[in-house]
Amino acid sequence: MDFSLNKREELFLQMIRKFAAEEVQPLAAEVDDQERFPIETVEKMAKIGIMGIPIPVEYGGQGGTNQMYIMAVEELSKVCATTGVIVSAHTSLCMNPILEFGTEEQKQKYLPKLASGEWIGAFGLTEPNAGTDAAMQQTTAVLDGEEWVLNGSKIFITNAGYAHVYVIMAMTDKSLGTKGISAFIVEKGTPGFSIGKKEKKMGIRGSATCELIFENCRIPKANLLGELGKGFKIAMMTLDGGRIGIASQALGIAQGALDATVKYTKERKQFGKTLAQFQNTQFQMANLETKIQAARLLVRQAAWKKDMHLPYSVDAAMAKLYCAETAMETTTKCVQFHGGYGYTREYEVERMMRDAKITEIYEGTSEVQRMVIAGKLFK
Amino acid sequence: MEKTDYKNIHVFVEQRDGVIQSVALELLGKAHELSADLHEKVVAVLAGYQIKDQAQMLIEYGADEVICMDAPELKDYLTEQYTQAIYQVVMEFKPSIMLIGASTIGRDLAPRLACRLNTGLTADCTKLEITEDMQLASTRPAFGGNLMATILNTEHRPQMSTVRPGVMQKMVRDNSRKGEVIDFKPTFESDKFKVRLVKNVREDKGTVDITDAKILISGGRGVGCKAGFDKLQALADVLPGAEVSSSRAMVDAGVIDHSRQVGQTGKTVRPNLYLACGISGAIQHLAGMEESDLIIAINKDKFAPIFGVADLGIVCDLNKVVPLLTTRLAKEIEK
Amino acid sequence: MNIIVTIKQVPNTNVIKINPVTGTLIRDGVPSILNPDDASALEMALQLKDKFGAHVTVITMGPPQADAICREAFAMGADRAILLSDRKFAGADTLATSYALSGAIKTLDYDLILAGRQAIDGDTAQTPVSLAQHLDLPQVTYATNLEYDGKKLCTVTKETEEGYQILEVETPCVLTVLSSAIKPRYMTVKGIMEAYDKEVEVWGADKLDVEVERLGLSGSPTRVKKSFTKPQKQPGEVFEVDAEEAVEIIVKKLKEKHII
Repeated sequence: MDFSLNKREELFLQMIRKFAAEEVQPLAAEVDDQERFPIETVEKMAKIGIMGIPIPVEYGGQGGTNQMYIMAVEELSKVCATTGVIVSAHTSLCMNPILEFGTEEQKQKYLPKLASGEWIGAFGLTEPNAGTDAAMQQTTAVLDGEEWVLNGSKIFITNAGYAHVYVIMAMTDKSLGTKGISAFIVEKGTPGFSIGKKEKKMGIRGSATCELIFENCRIPKANLLGELGKGFKIAMMTLDGGRIGIASQALGIAQGALDATVKYTKERKQFGKTLAQFQNTQFQMANLETKIQAARLLVRQAAWKKDMHLPYSVDAAMAKLYCAETAMETTTKCVQFHGGYGYTREYEVERMMRDAKITEIYEGTSEVQRMVIAGKLFK
Repeated sequence: MEKTDYKNIHVFVEQRDGVIQSVALELLGKAHELSADLHEKVVAVLAGYQIKDQAQMLIEYGADEVICMDAPELKDYLTEQYTQAIYQVVMEFKPSIMLIGASTIGRDLAPRLACRLNTGLTADCTKLEITEDMQLASTRPAFGGNLMATILNTEHRPQMSTVRPGVMQKMVRDNSRKGEVIDFKPTFESDKFKVRLVKNVREDKGTVDITDAKILISGGRGVGCKAGFDKLQALADVLPGAEVSSSRAMVDAGVIDHSRQVGQTGKTVRPNLYLACGISGAIQHLAGMEESDLIIAINKDKFAPIFGVADLGIVCDLNKVVPLLTTRLAKEIEK
Repeated sequence: MNIIVTIKQVPNTNVIKINPVTGTLIRDGVPSILNPDDASALEMALQLKDKFGAHVTVITMGPPQADAICREAFAMGADRAILLSDRKFAGADTLATSYALSGAIKTLDYDLILAGRQAIDGDTAQTPVSLAQHLDLPQVTYATNLEYDGKKLCTVTKETEEGYQILEVETPCVLTVLSSAIKPRYMTVKGIMEAYDKEVEVWGADKLDVEVERLGLSGSPTRVKKSFTKPQKQPGEVFEVDAEEAVEIIVKKLKEKHII
């Protein structure tokens, strides 16, 4: 068993850290404050391949591993969780299902532009009445000649508006329950497809989160992704991959908050000592450091299994659950270490605490992850 | 090579557009000190075109002799022309020591010359001494100013060093000093002149030589922006002889020109007063200003390393202190 | 067009700290990096590659660990990397280092040699200039921009204290580049994936066109007699006060020191 990074991964880490520090961190506070999608960062990431890390070279990707992809999401999220989720949703939720379930034509048509970052990707499953109970899809797709006609709406869609390609779940045969759900590829600009209300959120405020509206939206028959009726399975498998990304985002937030707090507690003095000199600080932070490292091992293991094409669904659920809860605990405590300053926007831990919360919610709440884990346990 | 054949301290006299640069006079001052230990002469090596009338000034600043090369080829500094000329001076006059200013010209010339002479060169020295066995010991900062190293060149001659402008001190000019001016005519191999100067642009970067300023009001990251620097400028305006300077962060941010940067990659300064405003005091910065006579630091962060070198430290918001100080000093000076 | 870029692996001097008790440098945990000016020289070469299809070779001298910066150069877009590594090179000063580099470069085809102005560990700026002398090539130092006509003519902008100069020089020549002028590109993910599939050629002294006694310590005229950390200055008084009081304290000090 080898836990060390290989030379490629070390070099990759060096690059992504430099990029995050120089290009992403300086914008983080502004992107949060203005609720602005950092499109210029996406363009910069595209240029160096961050938008297509685990996609094979023959589809215009970088030929990297899932391990490198999650390292990227972690490092970006360490300084800006908004940027982390843009990459995660694009990669795990859009490119990944096209790569895994798409026809050769679909892969050739969509992956090169997505992997190069010319296009951004998004994924639509959640609906007003189909959250954790995703089977309750009300969006419908009806075949009419050579076209599918979509009607309905999706909510809380990451990258909405900025994305060119949307992987959308819709009911094709309600009588079959989850087996009546199918997946489709919808392009931006298709008549009948529009972007609705933009959410005002607590955290990851630079990420565009909107409603998608389909009103007699006609897409080619060839845009069915995977087999008819396999949409729910595709969605669940896609979310397994997405959870590795979100786990890494949470991990990055936790690590970023801890790093900032180590720095702060070494400088801040009270009662004639730096905070870092108090044993309470040391012990609490030692606990957090330990949890973060445990979280990292879980997510790396899940990504490794994915790279090895081993089943990883439960591993991804455990990684997501543990990373998200560690992020929430770490950021809450880090704000506490900062005292009153930690409650102000002058210190980044304030933003990180708001950003952390969503990781316990989206791409399967912590409760859903427990359901997945318990499902295996009580099989 | 017989080392004993080599005698005297040569100082390369840098001129730009016929104006002798301050660093040359500083080196003459230092060479004069060293010559007392060595019992050798200080020789100024002056190269340029229609420049001979400036030779006497070099004597008044410490040269015992001046070797003057007056040639149209030497009008503007170009690497090969100058290397050829000074190479011939060294071969003819055999100095034991050759000192050159560590300016953009000196740092272009000195390594080329040292390599052609197959001798050693020590760059950017901050201290020069003569050892007991009459060697030149050159001390210079390395590792970003974290470490000082003293370097010898015992077997090759001349012993060459470059010295940063502003580090050594000029002699007080002495009109009574006398010395010989030797005309030297180098021969040029013009087929080796491969670089052509198309134009030489002096930019009005608000350029003043901050190394000459008696008072520096210096701003760092804490100043933030152009508007912040305007406040520093307002303070500098009320103090006679004061200029604005900065740390590297502000130059990189494009707020202020590189010519006003203090530190390892900027200039070395030693003003009577260095007022550091919002400068944290990275070691690279400290290397450029810690020899100042009086250092006052204003910084919000009481743990800033600048307070480690400051004679007086003020933990306070510079944006509040500087305007008040400006008003107050304006009144004081009016009195 | 063949471009050679000389590069160096250096400790990141920005993070070096002094042990306050012993006064020595703490080098543990200090990352080794590609020297910043060299990265900009490589960027200048890669821009010529983008425009004219140049072949870019990086060359460095150092211990086997310097392999890392060769991989980094590959990941940025360099085509070939040569690492001069041999115990015979040990102890070289700038004269002997530039001599070894020249001995390697003499065996290569090249039109242009680009180097960083100086390395952040030594800050001497001597090696590339000495290299130009060893190769008998013209040099332009402190370059901030290069316009190349695609044939022979380089029009170089050189930074000076007062402004800048425009200089013309024909290839082959040596230019030294300032990091403040040209931001180096990032490694690409794909470049990183391929960087370890390429070969870093490791050359010993026997591969070079050199006289062995002019290498390493024996070829170095300068010797470090001693090195030391600067004696710490005793800090003065620090006051945590409001702005009005601060002004009083400063004015008092300025009067005391006869500044006003």
